[in-house]
Amino acid sequence: MGQVVVETNNLTKTYDGFTAVDGLNLRIEEGEIFGFLGPNGAGKTTTILMLLGLTEPSSGTAQVCGYNPTREPLKVKRIVGYLPESVGFYEDLTARQNLEYTAELNNLRKGEYEQKITDLLATVGLSKVADQQVSTFSRGMRQRLGIADIWVKEPKLAFLDEPTIGIDPEGIDEILKLIVNMAKRKITIIFCSHQLEQVQKICTRVGILAKGHLVADGSIDRLGDKAVGGGRYRIEAEVGQVSPQLVTSLQRVNGVLAVQASGNSLLISCDKDLRGQIAKAIVDSDNLLVGMKIEEHSLEKIYKKYSREA
Amino acid sequence: MYAVFRKELADHLGSKRFAILFMLVFLAAILAIYVAIQSIRSVVTPTTEFVFLKMFTTSGETLPSFPFFISLFIPIIGIALGFDTINSERASGNLSRLLSQPIYRDSVINGKFLAGLAVISTMIVTVIAIVAGLGLRIIGVPPSSEETLRLIAFAIISIIYGAFWMALATLFSVFFNRAATSMLASIALWIFFFFFMSMIAGAIANAQAPLGSNPTAEEMIRNFGIQGMLGRISPCTLYAEATTALLTPELGSFNTALMVLSTFTSGRMITPLPFSQSLLLVWPQTVSIVALAAICFGVSYVKFMTEEIRAV
Repeated sequence: MGQVVVETNNLTKTYDGFTAVDGLNLRIEEGEIFGFLGPNGAGKTTTILMLLGLTEPSSGTAQVCGYNPTREPLKVKRIVGYLPESVGFYEDLTARQNLEYTAELNNLRKGEYEQKITDLLATVGLSKVADQQVSTFSRGMRQRLGIADIWVKEPKLAFLDEPTIGIDPEGIDEILKLIVNMAKRKITIIFCSHQLEQVQKICTRVGILAKGHLVADGSIDRLGDKAVGGGRYRIEAEVGQVSPQLVTSLQRVNGVLAVQASGNSLLISCDKDLRGQIAKAIVDSDNLLVGMKIEEHSLEKIYKKYSREA
Repeated sequence: MYAVFRKELADHLGSKRFAILFMLVFLAAILAIYVAIQSIRSVVTPTTEFVFLKMFTTSGETLPSFPFFISLFIPIIGIALGFDTINSERASGNLSRLLSQPIYRDSVINGKFLAGLAVISTMIVTVIAIVAGLGLRIIGVPPSSEETLRLIAFAIISIIYGAFWMALATLFSVFFNRAATSMLASIALWIFFFFFMSMIAGAIANAQAPLGSNPTAEEMIRNFGIQGMLGRISPCTLYAEATTALLTPELGSFNTALMVLSTFTSGRMITPLPFSQSLLLVWPQTVSIVALAAICFGVSYVKFMTEEIRAV
């Protein structure tokens, strides 16, 4: 087990009678990319603001790297980077000047940050426009600048609130790559997003928040097992004709968890990708294999199930 | 806080807003010099004591005097520097990013306010220096030490006055989310104080202590007294009184009726007050402006510090 970076204990926030976050217990370890999901207004941003010490919890406690964000906000802010949902920069300043300002606010000395900022701008692919005013930047460029902005202070933990919203597919890939890159440098990441396939692509663990409660928490595989049932993969095989012998022989294949017949197709759930073995079993029992499809647990199904239940 | 101050100052100095304001102020200085050259010969007699100050206070037939220009521009400068202090940060999405940096929250508002103050001070000192320098060359009379002190006092109270308007604009920028709203609110308040307050004060005074066709001295003193007291609600009046007293040593009292009457009745010559007495005279005005500025900044400070950053 890694070092605990974030731990909350019955964290609650009430705004004028409305409970935004309700008794949240969260635990995030070092090096994780934690996907923080939930419908709009579920309390994700409020949780982040409390973890940053920008908002005081109504009750309960939070610990970020061993510091209490309410009591020691400066210590927390020194090691935590936050990329807000609609990040803004000083439009009249260049990309480099914006990053320099952040570096100065973090008490870095000019000699220290100059090279670092040049390197970072190269990492996020903004070297060519480093000395252009931010007002000329596209949405994707701004988000990449935002990632550089939190990277300047070399945080231990980064909160990314919807970093890929409104960006073209190529831009999204670049940003996801950057995030994975950050995680490789030992930066724990909390990734808030509604783009479930992106979360599934990069996150090691997800938590689903609904109406202020954490309704699900765990790896996608585990949540899939619990929510949808069956193994990680679902294979749909279309055959010439379904017979009881075929079903029995398929059930005998090592790793197959369940077989279900409907019309001319078979739904097989299993833990591993067993397409080869299944094809062989079908052909061996003198049947025709017409087609085969494989499907992984989709986070979308899991998400819908949990948010509906809540 | 130093980082915020430095960045804001650099922003101000490089902004178009600053260039426009500075041109405005520069124009005022040139006009003031022009007016002084036109009419100073007619006001200065061989017995005139404060020739150098006269250069600042002389008004022409159509053009107003330098203090009037300055009293007009300082609120504009203050408002222009303060009206979007906080709400522009919020609107641009910079505020949450800024506040997630390891700085105390008040460094943001303090740094910004101090940067604005530095800009106002620079402008006021520069414009006074321009007028003084050009005047010195043109009329060739050097200022006495007392005149220099009076000018320094004038600069200080002008800076304080500018700080008040900036604090007021900052206050609105904390309370209103849109920069346009906070600017309009500040300008509306300025127009009210500058143009309407004296009218209202006059109307109330006339209702309370009406002046007949042939008013007695007592009636006049009462009427002018009420008018003066009410007028002093307006920071514009406070500043105007303070600068007049500082730049016109002959002024012995703010009650105009008293002044007029005393000259008429006793027939005595008006002798200029020494600097220390003038200072004593403007002390209440100065303290009031400082207090107003402190209240405005204090309220915006508290509001900004206690405000919760909420999820949108």
